[in-house]
Order: sequence, then structure tokens, then C-alpha cells
Amino acid sequence: MKKILALVLALVMVSCLFVTAHADELLKIGYVQVGHESDWRMANTQNYYDVFTKEAGFELELIDCDNDHARQLQEVRNFITKDFDYIVIDPIQEAGWDDVLKEIQDAGIPCIIADRAVAASSDLYTTAVGTNMTAEGETAGLWLEEYLAGKAAKILVIEGSTGSSAAIGRAEGFNKVAANHPEWEILASQDGDFTQNGGQAVMEDFIKRFPEFDVVVCHNDNEAYGAMDAMDAAGIKYGVDGKIIISFDATKEGLTRTLAGKILCNVECNPIQAVIVMNVINALKAGEQVEKFTLVPDEGFCAPGIESAIVTTMTDEVLAARKY
Amino acid sequence: MKSVKDWFKKISKKPLFLPLFSVFLVLVINVIYDAVQGNYIFSFFTFELKEGALYGRIVDILNRGSEAAILAIGMTLVVSSSGGTDISVGSVMSLAGSLCCMLLAGFGVTHVRGPEELQMPIWVGAVAGIAIAGVVGLFNGFLVARMKIQPMVATLIFFTAGRAIGLLLTNNKMVYILLDEFKWFGLGKTWILPTPTVIAAICIALMVLVLRFTSLGMYVQSVGINPRASRIAGINSAAIILLCYIICGLYAGVAGIVATSRIYSADSNNIGLNLELDAILAVALGGNSLGGGRFNLAGSIIGAYTIQAITTTMYALGVAKAQAPVYKAIIVILIVVVQSPAVKAYFAHRKAQKESLAIAGRS
Repeated sequence: MKKILALVLALVMVSCLFVTAHADELLKIGYVQVGHESDWRMANTQNYYDVFTKEAGFELELIDCDNDHARQLQEVRNFITKDFDYIVIDPIQEAGWDDVLKEIQDAGIPCIIADRAVAASSDLYTTAVGTNMTAEGETAGLWLEEYLAGKAAKILVIEGSTGSSAAIGRAEGFNKVAANHPEWEILASQDGDFTQNGGQAVMEDFIKRFPEFDVVVCHNDNEAYGAMDAMDAAGIKYGVDGKIIISFDATKEGLTRTLAGKILCNVECNPIQAVIVMNVINALKAGEQVEKFTLVPDEGFCAPGIESAIVTTMTDEVLAARKY
Repeated sequence: MKSVKDWFKKISKKPLFLPLFSVFLVLVINVIYDAVQGNYIFSFFTFELKEGALYGRIVDILNRGSEAAILAIGMTLVVSSSGGTDISVGSVMSLAGSLCCMLLAGFGVTHVRGPEELQMPIWVGAVAGIAIAGVVGLFNGFLVARMKIQPMVATLIFFTAGRAIGLLLTNNKMVYILLDEFKWFGLGKTWILPTPTVIAAICIALMVLVLRFTSLGMYVQSVGINPRASRIAGINSAAIILLCYIICGLYAGVAGIVATSRIYSADSNNIGLNLELDAILAVALGGNSLGGGRFNLAGSIIGAYTIQAITTTMYALGVAKAQAPVYKAIIVILIVVVQSPAVKAYFAHRKAQKESLAIAGRS
């Protein structure tokens, strides 16, 4: 019995050696993903799996942190212990990263902040790749400016989860444009948690508190669907000949509704980021100097029949090309 | 004057007095707010007929509180019989919704846009969702009743696994069923009422009838107070506990279908999120002991709507959602403290003191 056990153990040890030896040829990339809370996030995860393949010379370990900040910190420390070649962080929240970023730096591992932002000194990480949420908010604001062409408007805002960089950035960008327009009035702003149910509940309340409004700005597509449900129930018309709905994310389902003329303007937040991250990693590997921030380009879309210099008018082709 | 005092004394002794008083307290906050704002002071209570359905804040409370009320029914039985809570109900809701949508759309399909794309009739999907929730209830009940595992530990399994299984079923995608027939459960109307309120009413009525015309209620309380004594008295304690968990599971399934239909998609990560806590709180607010034994179903249901009334009030007051839990906690603390045995004992003591003084004064 003991002999068999010893044999099995020996085999296991040998195979472990073999596995490590094999893995050495590939670049070990650790990615701490935020979670799997939306279609957008799942498209982002899939994109990483598609790009960082063994064939391309990478061994990707993608950890889904399920929106748990503490878990994310712990997983990053795990990566450090296991001595990964590169660590990619998509931070769940902006604050609270200084210590762990310092630990990565001390371990001499290059660290890339992807998608969202951290509230830490840029000396603490190698480089950042991401979309510019503030620019997205600004695009939405500028489109509204163009569409209203000087008309007064009463605006309701359904925000994303309080404290997330998407909610902060999009609000900041939109408010920047709104500040130039005394004829715009932001009636109220409430957190809809980035969910359809949240959007419904917030909009049900808005309709009762503010019988008169013109524009609803939703911080993501799911909130916009919820707002539409609530307006349907109250018999309020929206779209080309009704209330103006502005949304962000531009997922396939969201763009379907833009094409149908329901969501008048939908500003994209591009989840297809893995290629850009890979290019950055390859550049770092080759010893090249990389920029501190690489922007993932975003686009905006508006409903058919609206001419715009700021965003693209939706067509069937755009929708067909959308994968997520 | 004396008669009013007597009347108040009489009704304050009723078991439902405190739960009802709590709702009243929450509603008064709205009247005060409207008065301060210079609105029509009863604007919170106004009804309208919009799109052929009743419309207003009170309707919102009844509508949005439906899931919690349905869960509270099952939770009351579980708490009463086993002296523990079923913390899996929120995840089970999500599992039921995910299975339903997966069956309707077919595995791996993310959108159903027309009736011809449905893989099976909607009612089959809904029944399957409710059935799987019943199976989970059976599993939980087996662990608690037969294996004698603590309820919280036993139900922790599906608390963690429920959503994950849901995600597996939906292939990690949100599955949209964009059909009015499917939206009916959550967004539709029945006569002039939102369908969820009608479904909640049916669930409540069913349980009331069962409790009224069978001795289940008595058995459940008896098992909750002392399972061994009940067994000696000829009640199959394990079977009663098992039955309570199955009922709790089935009701969670119904709530799950309603919640899924509300957003006409299987959003495994968010459906029923934290609702188990609301259901447990509802049972506690209803004046039930979480230690099991005697229960008061009406109290739990009123408790569930009280929680929703607080949420709706927070919206009406324009409190930012991030801060709302603080105010919610304050209100809950007040309600729970008022109902606590210590406070009740204090008032009983004062009353006894007064009476003895009165007697002493007379002699």
C-alpha cells in the first residue's frame, strides 16, 4: 500500500515538473476581471480568451472576481506569489490600490491597468489601457447639444452604481457640456445600479415626481430598457417623436433599439480591448517605451433619420457587425 | 374619551397591531414630506388609471413588494418549523428564471424575438422553473430534516451554487425573451391590476386556505416548538420540516418567474439579489420569532410590504440610493426595537406598577 502511494506521489511530482517546464515557454498573464455582471463584461472576458491564446504565446489566467474588491486584491497577491510575467488589473473600484500596486512593483512584475481606472499615482503601475468614460459622457452631451439646437430641456439622469468609474466619468463628461447650457435643467439624478430592474424602479419614481421632462440619460443599456418599461407602463411616448433617451454601452440589444428609433443616442464603450493590451505587452517585452495611457477608441450612434456630425447614424450593417 | 382609550388598548393587544403600525409610520413620513414640500399632502396615496391599469405610489409598493411577499410566505413556514432561515431563496429565484429562459430560448440562444422562435410553450418553461425550485427546496429540506444539518449551513449550498448553475444553464449570457406573453407575469396587467400583485395575492390566498382547512399550521408550530415532543405525539416532524422547505422552494420559484418576467431576461447575477435578506427581515418585522414556533403569516406579509414601502419612500424623498440603506436601517431598528420583548416587558412592567399604585390608592 505504502509503495503504491509513494509511486503515485512520485508520478504526481514528476508530472508537476513537466507542467511547469512546459509552461515556461509561454508568457504567463494574470487578469483579474471585475465579474460577469453584464453582456458587456462577458464580451470583454470572451475577447481576452480569444486573443491571449497558447498559439499566440500566452498562458492566460483570468480570474472572475464577482464584483468583490477584497477578492481582487487577494487574487493579485496570488499572481505575485506565483511569479506571473504580467499582471493585468480591471479594478472594481478606484480607491484602495496603493499597497498592492506597490507590492507588484517590488516584485518587479509589469502591471497594466485595463478598462477602468485606479485612484493611485501613475508611478505605481507600468501603463494603463482603457476607454475614456469622461469623453463618452461628453460625446453624449455634445450630441444632445446638436440635437436640441438651443431648445430648453428638462433632464433626468439614471446613474450607474455609485462610485464606479463609469458612473463618475459619464456624469462628469455630460455635466461639463450641460454647464454651458443654462437652458438645460437637470431635475434629478438617481442610482439605478446598472440593472434593468434598477432602471425601472428609478424611472417609476421619476415619472411621479417630475411630470414634465424631456430627456432621460441612462448610464448603461440595461438601465435604459428599464426606463423604457416604466414609460410604457405610464403611457409616455419616447423615441423620435417623444422623450429623448440617451444611453451608454451600445451593446447589440441596445443598438437594436437605437436602430428602431427608441434610444436616440447610444455611446459605445468598447469591450474589445484585449488586442490593445496584447500590443502593449509585446512592446514591453521588446523593451520599447510605452505611453502611460493607451486609449481604446469609442464611437457613438444615433437613430436613423438623425443627421449628426458627432455620432454615426445607425444602419443594419452596423448592427450586423456588432458581436456582443 | 374613555372608550377611545379602551379601544386603543384593545387593538394594541392584537398580534397584527405592531406590523400594521410600522407601515402606518412609514406612510406618515410621506405625508409629512409632502406637507413640508407644499404638495398635496396625500399625493403619495393618489391613484390614477394609466394605460388601463391602476397607477400610483401605493400600487408601486404592492407591485414591487410582490416577490418579497411571496418569499415571506415560504420563509415564515421554514422559520417556524425548523427555527432557521432558508438563505438560498434569492439564488433559487435566479436559478428558476434562468432555467425557464433557457428552456424557452434553447441552450446558447440569447434572443427570442418572435413566438415562432420559442422552443416550448411559455407555461411549460414557467412550470419547469418553479419545479426546479421545488427540487432545491426538497434538497434543502432533506439536509435539514433528515441529515439534521443547521438550516443556514444547508441552504448556504444553494445560496452559492444557485446563481452559478443559472449561469451554466444560460451559457454565461443574458437570455432575452422579448415577447409580450412572457412579459405578462411581471409587467402585464390583470384587469386593472399589475399581474405581480395578483400572483402574490393568489400565493397568499392558497396558503391561507391550506392553513385554514388543514392542520398544517398547527403541526408546523408544534414541530417548531418541540420536534421531539411532536414526534412522540404522533406527528412526523421530519416530514413536516421537509414539506415546509419544499413549499418555500416552490414559492421562491414563483417569485423568480415574476422577477425574470419583469426584465424579460435571465440576468442570473442580479435576479433576487439580496432578496433572501428582505424575506427574513419581513418575517422578523411581522413579529415572528426567528427561533421558530408560533407564527403569524399576515405579519410576515405586512412586513414584506413595509420593507418595500420604505424603499419606495426613499425614492420619493429623493434620497441617493447609496445612502438609502442608512435610513432604511434606522427605520428597521426603530420598528424592531418597538417590537422587542425587552420593550414590551418594560411597558408591561409600567402598567403593572400603575395598577398596583391605583389599588394602593384605593385602599
